[in-house]
Amino acid sequence: MKTITKNLVKTLLVSILFTSSVFAAEKHVATLRGEVNIDAQKEPSTIANTLNTDIKQGRNYPMQPPIIPHKTRNYEVNLNSNKCMSCHSRNRTEESQAPMVSVTHYMDRDGNFLAEVSPRRYFCNQCHATQKDAKPLVENTFIDMHTLMKSKITTDNEH
Amino acid sequence: MKDMIKIGWQTLKKPSAYFSLGFLVIGGFIAGIIFWGGFNTALEVTNTEEFCISCHEMENNVYEELKTTIHFSNRSGVRATCPDCHVPHKWTDKIARKMQASKEVWGKIFGTINTRDKFLAHRKRLAQNEWTRLKANDSLECRNCHNFDYMDFTAQSSRASQQHSTSLAGGDKTCIDCHKGIAHQLPDMKGVEGW
Repeated sequence: MKTITKNLVKTLLVSILFTSSVFAAEKHVATLRGEVNIDAQKEPSTIANTLNTDIKQGRNYPMQPPIIPHKTRNYEVNLNSNKCMSCHSRNRTEESQAPMVSVTHYMDRDGNFLAEVSPRRYFCNQCHATQKDAKPLVENTFIDMHTLMKSKITTDNEH
Repeated sequence: MKDMIKIGWQTLKKPSAYFSLGFLVIGGFIAGIIFWGGFNTALEVTNTEEFCISCHEMENNVYEELKTTIHFSNRSGVRATCPDCHVPHKWTDKIARKMQASKEVWGKIFGTINTRDKFLAHRKRLAQNEWTRLKANDSLECRNCHNFDYMDFTAQSSRASQQHSTSLAGGDKTCIDCHKGIAHQLPDMKGVEGW
């Protein structure tokens, strides 16, 4: 009898804990819907403009593919043509004054240099992206390596 | 019967013997208006988008591609239809182009591009025809709307104003040199200058 009551109390406690945590989680799950009920349509936010400043942006970490500081609407990158390369390829940069794609783009995965851009690097917007004039949907707490190292050095010096 | 043909021929040969001069002049004038008006109306009918896309070759290939571009849908709602870019606006040039287009009627009858595959196979040649035409007339059809004299470089992006104020202003480049494939998808660009 004693064990049965003990078990009952246990299950009750667990279930209370579980349901309460579910309720708590429901409130704090970040979704693109926000606070809108499932049966209602969310009022869509306005579509942000693509930045077209033509000014190089800093990289947030050393290996970040540089972002595209201009619009690329209707730029075709397919079997027939690569619009990006009509400015950024080696033999076009003199006229276009655009930055040349790095030589790593001409290397295959074994490090051999090819005459043309390597097929695995052909689709520019797999890595390089245009930027929107929009606020981030969620807060980003990313700290890059250099900032980390700097703070480490200062804390080390203090001790 | 024979007499009727004879009278008819005589009337055509020497109408003033049968009709008054005033009738002939006024009648000729009115007939002229009707024929000329009719000709021009028919010509203008062939100069509409509805006419162009009444053929599936145009509707399913190039028109579908145009729909995604800025010349179809944009912030101000001004849009270009097929003849705006592909038919010269000046009358003599227009007639010349329309005569060339008789070859397109031939192509339609014999189904030169009546499937998507055939169209893609011919795409480079077709595109090159248009590039050559626009290069030769200094991108006249672009300039019918995009007038260089009224371009505000300060409202353009720095890249655009840089190019437009030098190469385009100096006349060593024309619109089509850089703006290929703005209204339709590009063909295989291997060997095309600047690609």
